[in-house]
Amino acid sequence: MSKTEQPRIPVLDALSQHFKENAHMALRNKQLRHNMRTAMDSLITKRLVSMPDENERESLRELGNHVRARALSKLPELLEKLEANLTKRGVQVHWAETTEEANQIIFDIAKRRQAKLFIKGKSMVSEELNMNHFLKKQGIEALESDMGEYIIQLDYERPSHIIMPAIHKNAKQVGHLFENKLQTPYTDDVDTLIQTGRKVLRNKFFEADIGISGVNFAVAETGSLFLVENEGNGRMSTTVPPVHIAITGIEKVVENLRDTVPLVSLLTRSALGQAITTYVNLISGPRKANELDGPEEVHLVLLDNGRTQAFADAQLRQTLNCIRCGACMNHCPVYTRIGGQAYGTVYPGPIGKIISPHLMGLDKTEDLPIASTLCGACGEVCPVKIPIPELLRRLRKEDVRPPEEPLHYVKGQGARFSRKERTMWNIWKSMNTKPNLYRKFSYLATRLRFMTPNILAWSQNHSKAKPASYTLHELAKKHLGDKK
Amino acid sequence: MSDLFYDAAPNATRIAPPRPQPRKYPDKKPTHVYLFGTCVIDIMFPDAGFDAIRLLEREGITVHYPQEQGCCGQPAYSSGYIEQAKEVAKAQIALFENDWPVVIPSGSCAGMMRLHYKELFHDEPEVLAKVNALSERIYELGEFLLYVSKIQLKDQGQKTKIALHTSCAARREMNTHLHVRQLLDQLENVERIDHDHESECCGFGGTFSVKMADISGAMVLDKTKALKDTGVDQVVSADCGCLMNINGSLEKQNESLRGQHLATFLWLRTGGTHHE
Ligand code: SF4
Repeated sequence: MSKTEQPRIPVLDALSQHFKENAHMALRNKQLRHNMRTAMDSLITKRLVSMPDENERESLRELGNHVRARALSKLPELLEKLEANLTKRGVQVHWAETTEEANQIIFDIAKRRQAKLFIKGKSMVSEELNMNHFLKKQGIEALESDMGEYIIQLDYERPSHIIMPAIHKNAKQVGHLFENKLQTPYTDDVDTLIQTGRKVLRNKFFEADIGISGVNFAVAETGSLFLVENEGNGRMSTTVPPVHIAITGIEKVVENLRDTVPLVSLLTRSALGQAITTYVNLISGPRKANELDGPEEVHLVLLDNGRTQAFADAQLRQTLNCIRCGACMNHCPVYTRIGGQAYGTVYPGPIGKIISPHLMGLDKTEDLPIASTLCGACGEVCPVKIPIPELLRRLRKEDVRPPEEPLHYVKGQGARFSRKERTMWNIWKSMNTKPNLYRKFSYLATRLRFMTPNILAWSQNHSKAKPASYTLHELAKKHLGDKK
Repeated sequence: MSDLFYDAAPNATRIAPPRPQPRKYPDKKPTHVYLFGTCVIDIMFPDAGFDAIRLLEREGITVHYPQEQGCCGQPAYSSGYIEQAKEVAKAQIALFENDWPVVIPSGSCAGMMRLHYKELFHDEPEVLAKVNALSERIYELGEFLLYVSKIQLKDQGQKTKIALHTSCAARREMNTHLHVRQLLDQLENVERIDHDHESECCGFGGTFSVKMADISGAMVLDKTKALKDTGVDQVVSADCGCLMNINGSLEKQNESLRGQHLATFLWLRTGGTHHE
């Protein structure tokens, strides 16, 4: 099959205003549908196998929720402590309110070091910054070293999953990509493909001026950056280049080292069904005078980008519990069918639907909160018990809030406000609070069933929905009489 | 639990909702119950509601059907119209004055009244007190028949194969998906066949099926395919929202397979008849 046959979402400039069109395109891509379903099914199974005892799993989730909620309840205090302890260890801490500020901070470091090449481990926050693009404009190359990210970068795409960025592609597609871009002979043998990628990347670790990484947990008490990974590229990019810049959202802070134990266990099991990853890195400062390796400089960029907005409201704050395991995506029936790129946001799937409105504003993400059946699969698996369906309902409320109501916490709220829709709901309300009116309506709806309006969107997939020829109210009245 | 691993902070704010816990059921079978029929059943599947009434009556229970009932409020609640949902919910809360169980032939409306009313009125203590008391009396039909009425079903039908579809609310909010299985397993001549991706949503989601018709369509096509692949004679479900979705899609595909509400299926299998 030629690659051009399948519709492709224009990912580089896609914004979530195009969610519906993107989803439409994704749904027609048979290869994508097949790849996603197979991959998600396998991840669902792996998670369950890694946490077979339901009670243990549930207590661990409960604990994960406690730890995260406690950290968030003292967020300002913990962030200060983190900064103090990191500084003591020689790490330079930078605060960025916006993505522009974060990019500028990174660029300033690069300028000072006359850096030309960055090598990156996986970092979703750097995707938030659109950092590669920004650096490219300044003449700096940023090369992805995570195999999935590398594949995506070669194909000019955005990640479709927060743990497995290239999950929407199968080995054949990657084989063709490498054949085209790297001029290697075609193969769909996964090991050979990985070896090919590694060969290209290996030298780059030594050539790079700056290594970039994300952070899984920033430990306030000890001033250490906790980083899990499976490929070793994270360890390479944080230790080999002379400068290491870690980037993280401000919510990733935890109180102490012990807190990381249940969280990391939940993270790796929920994500890939692994008890632990191949590499666990605890970074605690630059190379000291008597040490043989490690970078000369370590920086941490702490990014807000809408997170304090989520923090300001106790209910919405739960969004920040997220430890970015991706389990909610793996279990989401909507995500499984359209893939991550259709969302047009950095974070796709259920977590994307509740975090993106804070990062980008509801006006740019208005369709995301309604792109869910509220089936609850995401909330059921989330390792830190974020009540995602509840938060979706909350965001729907903010989405339709009338402009005259006092402002709340979500930027761009009221994006889906429509006087017509509100009027319809008010009519619905009158009908269901005035029993006589309701009975008249349902009587007419059943007697005039042949006149039932055709809802176009519904009839795309269904036969016309027709009321019955009588109501239960009538049946019950005939049978039970007037007894109360 | 947590001391096993760790001493979680004493003042940690715990906001995530509890998982549905196995509930305690009354020892004695009540003599009176209310039936909350739901608006979808009222207009689209009235026989399902009526069959529920007859099943309950056959158990020797007097059924009360407040004629003032309407919708539970879920559509507005799920669409972000909280004030409208509250008004409608209040109108329903007022209907069940006596201390009788309220039986609901729908997992999703039962979930709304049992769990979400609490969230809806969390800042109105007076209503909340009523809601909390009501919540204890809410039962999904299958759950009520099995655990409160302790029904013994005598199968009088031919051998048949069925597939069961449980709604997401029944599964994840009411925790009643297993009850329906147990009920069906009482029927001698009924063989229950599991289908592929059984726990997955059918794609209905109320207005979702209209607002995101594309995605919803893909979901219901996969669901109906999995159901067809079982080769069963019939699909059974305790939720009319899902039934509307699944049946509508099957009909559009010109398939003869259909879904039936649990109440109707049980009534007809156990000697009940339909004559209008
Ligand atoms: S919301 Fe929960 S399940 Fe989803 S990525 Fe975050 S921690 Fe994982």
